[in-house]
Amino acid sequence: MSPRDLSCEEVIERLFDYLDRELDHQQTADIERHLSRCRDCFTRAEFEKRLRARVAASGTVKAPPRLYRRIGSLLDRFDDDEPDRSH
Amino acid sequence: MTRTSQLTRSSTAWLAPLRRVEPGDVMTFRDATHRRQWFEQRLEPLMDRLYGTALRLTRNPDDAEDIVAEAVVRAWTRLDKLRDPERFDAWLFHILTNTFISEWRRRQSRPRAAADSDTAAPDDLDADGFTLFQQLHQPFLLWWGSLEDQFFNSLLQEELQEALDALPDPYRVAIVLVEVQGYTYEEVSGLLGIPLGTVRSRLNRARSLLQKRLWQQAKEVGMAAGHTDKGGQKP
Repeated sequence: MSPRDLSCEEVIERLFDYLDRELDHQQTADIERHLSRCRDCFTRAEFEKRLRARVAASGTVKAPPRLYRRIGSLLDRFDDDEPDRSH
Repeated sequence: MTRTSQLTRSSTAWLAPLRRVEPGDVMTFRDATHRRQWFEQRLEPLMDRLYGTALRLTRNPDDAEDIVAEAVVRAWTRLDKLRDPERFDAWLFHILTNTFISEWRRRQSRPRAAADSDTAAPDDLDADGFTLFQQLHQPFLLWWGSLEDQFFNSLLQEELQEALDALPDPYRVAIVLVEVQGYTYEEVSGLLGIPLGTVRSRLNRARSLLQKRLWQQAKEVGMAAGHTDKGGQKP
């Protein structure tokens, strides 16, 4: 497929597909070409990227010490119960 | 590894690299200590992400701990089946996701829970198509910086987590699987057993709801004082 000039509406419509990496190589290139030329769409894309990065960061939270202890103790119990798995 | 593991009961130093396996082979360990050390060395750097992801999925610290503990035990008991050690992270997160989904489905099968989880607050019903950008964007640069910058600078991670946690289950799970865990739409479709179109519609709805909540929070703290809602959206 050859490169295609997209309208702003088409870019905004596919923006989340683009950010979620759901587009094929050609579609991605078409969007990126438009973003490199259109300040309004670039600004919108950057805004959504920043928000997306903040959402992604919400998936990292300091695990409580008691969870470490609980897992350590569960693994200890399996170690004690199971025969040596070495080959 | 410079820091002492919080998980190990012995402080024996890392012994030797894992023997690389051939296709169709299984991972082998010299002995039980070696196996445990290998596992913990990879698990420990992932703990905050595992717990955080579980917390976003479940919204509840106790449930999140249960899911992480169960996933880790499942991974530990199936470690010999891991074909590619380089894929340990993805493998473990996949186990975590499946552990959550099994539990979620079990809870949804309870009539009351299912009804609760699918119901959005009345205020959310008009959120379709809402975009925070439309509310904040100014076509000209203000001398003190853009409203978008002001928004991100004042947005606390706790507020974002609160807004995510307030999303009804189906929308929250969709957005966490895609934006936090990085699953493709097709993978989410397979994991949740829903059509691809439903994944897309849940994501669209989740984003609109989330952005509307963030906008409401921003207004509550006076960030957008005097700023009128655009695009015909209700305040």
